[in-house]
Amino acid sequence: MVNWKVLLNIAKKHLLTKFKQTAVAALGVTFGITSYITLASFMTGLNNVLDDLILNQTPHIHIYNEIEPSKQQPISLYDDFKNSFNVVHSIKPKLNQKKIHNALPIIKYLNDNKDVKGAISQIKTNIFYISGSIELVGNLTGINPIEEARLFNFKDYVIEGSPKDLKNTENSIIIGSGVAKKMSLSIGERVQISTVNGTVFPLKIVGIYQSGVSDIDAIQSFTNIKTVQTILGEAKNYITDINVKLYDIDRALPLAKKIEQQFNLNAVDINTANAQFETGSSIRNLITYVVSFTLLVVAGFGIYNILNMLIYEKMNDIAILKAIGFSGKDVQIIFMSEALIIGIVGGVLGLLFGLLFTNIINTIPYETEGLPRIKTYPIDFNLWYYVIGLTFAIISTCFAGFLPSQKAKKIDPVKIIRGQ
Amino acid sequence: MNTVLEAKHINKYFKKPVLFHVLKDINFKIDKGEFTSIMGKSGCGKSTLLYILSTMDTDYEGELYLDNKLITGDSKDKLSYIRNKNIGFVFQFHYLLAEFSVLENVMLPAKKLGEKSFQEIEHNAMHKLKILNIDYLAKKKASQISGGEKQRVAIARALINNPSIIMGDEPTGNLDSHNSDNVFNIFKQLSHEQNLSFLIVTHDEDFAKRTDRIITMEDGRIIS
Ligand SMILES: Nc1ncnc2c1ncn2[C@@H]1O[C@H](COP(=O)(O)OP(=O)(O)O)[C@@H](O)[C@H]1O
Ligand SMILES: [Mg+2]
Repeated sequence: MVNWKVLLNIAKKHLLTKFKQTAVAALGVTFGITSYITLASFMTGLNNVLDDLILNQTPHIHIYNEIEPSKQQPISLYDDFKNSFNVVHSIKPKLNQKKIHNALPIIKYLNDNKDVKGAISQIKTNIFYISGSIELVGNLTGINPIEEARLFNFKDYVIEGSPKDLKNTENSIIIGSGVAKKMSLSIGERVQISTVNGTVFPLKIVGIYQSGVSDIDAIQSFTNIKTVQTILGEAKNYITDINVKLYDIDRALPLAKKIEQQFNLNAVDINTANAQFETGSSIRNLITYVVSFTLLVVAGFGIYNILNMLIYEKMNDIAILKAIGFSGKDVQIIFMSEALIIGIVGGVLGLLFGLLFTNIINTIPYETEGLPRIKTYPIDFNLWYYVIGLTFAIISTCFAGFLPSQKAKKIDPVKIIRGQ
Repeated sequence: MNTVLEAKHINKYFKKPVLFHVLKDINFKIDKGEFTSIMGKSGCGKSTLLYILSTMDTDYEGELYLDNKLITGDSKDKLSYIRNKNIGFVFQFHYLLAEFSVLENVMLPAKKLGEKSFQEIEHNAMHKLKILNIDYLAKKKASQISGGEKQRVAIARALINNPSIIMGDEPTGNLDSHNSDNVFNIFKQLSHEQNLSFLIVTHDEDFAKRTDRIITMEDGRIIS
């Protein structure tokens, strides 16, 4: 039977009499945990912003028709040349449409899939912005503003006006911030756009779009699907792109493969399209954990040190305790508890300081053109970091306390008593 | 008479630095209420024997009985329990836990035993301190009292669990004659009044003469 109250009382006495050293050892842990919490929250906050920048507005699967040369040239269909070596020069792409055939049934089919959060259509087309004598090349994308906002956070990137205005206004447009700047346009004004065929169309500006990627913002604008169809003189079923958002991003690759096979279309999943972002996140995570782990190892040595010192100084006490009937296990528990008390007190303080620091960082202004949504340094407040932090502190103190406490357990009281 | 402690054919060797036969075929019994002293020249093995009898040293040959039960070969945890409950030990040097108060030091073995409530233990500890005439020191820190007082606190601590036997390794060796006398009288009184057994190693001839029985050792043997 272990009499915890007595053992903990002794542990407490030991720590209090060595208060300074105990405090230093605990502060080592505090430092490690504070750094971990701060680093993890800050790094992940930053990661999330950067990921959001790309991932939130990027469809998990993008379906479109690629313009590419036919894989089978006509000559290979001709039986007479079957066994000969054919050389075809200057292959031109086949004139196939950008249009996705049967887009509406495909969208319906995708929306019925239980992995799919939503599949929505877009029309992408190249246009020119005309303002007086200036003519600028641009992309006009026809969207369903409300669905776009629901699935791809479109609203976050409309820095003036709103997607709703686009939906509710006939012949309206949301233009990229770069376009607006170049052409000195603002909300309420009209911009003339011209199709590749030369048709000129006036549209009313109801919003400004800023993705944070200036190359995009300098050319991109959005309008309603219906408007694009009208401008291009196409029918209601004219759709060039389908964007799919899934519940689980990991399902993107298999589903994209399936769509390619089933519908004979191009379907690119997000991971293939943005492989470099995953790498960035994982490296930032790695740095966070390596730094925190190093600090905790250092803190662990601090605890190891103070326990060794305590055991050395309390050799006589240990001998007395054993002589009056405390077992080796009891003595080990006393010193393990001391390690754990240092670890837990230091760890909890670390959590509190971590919370404090992250809160402070979260109020430091940080404004940048590239990230229109960000006003202060981004922090990811996540309970998990605190759980991991405390677990981390406890585990590292367990390791640090184990060897010294094992030594204390094995101390032979006879040797100590003889030594006097 | 009830036998409290019995040693049968105890032999002990030190293997380092050279093989040394330190205890040679030790046989004796201690009865209940008996006040026994062990005498012998320095280095003859008295302390070594006492450490074996107190169960702290288990590296020996032979058999050891406490209250007629064989305890040789018991597990370390079991022996710790026996030490806690049945054996009181008083050292030559005042082994107290310096950060604890006198009262806490005395209470510690009883708290470890965990058979009684805190109030009972505290009451018993105060009672033991009163027997030793040092109840006024109860709240003092163990490090702030004199040598003679410390030794009496150690005796009170040895008594707290009402053990079967109290062993002492030159408990008066460090005390002046007045304090030494004092300790002797306390032991004597306890053995008479509470029928407690004592086994005390001493160099003090006067002290030994006044005990019930003297065991004399020479070169690892009991010679009388
Ligand atoms: N750990 C040890 N290793 C080797 N020899 C020891 C050890 N401890 C004691 N001795 C020797 O054993 C003998 C008995 O010691 P001890 O029991 O302390 O004698 P006493 O208490 O009678 O003075 C002495 O000669 C001493 O040098
Ligand atoms: Mg000795």
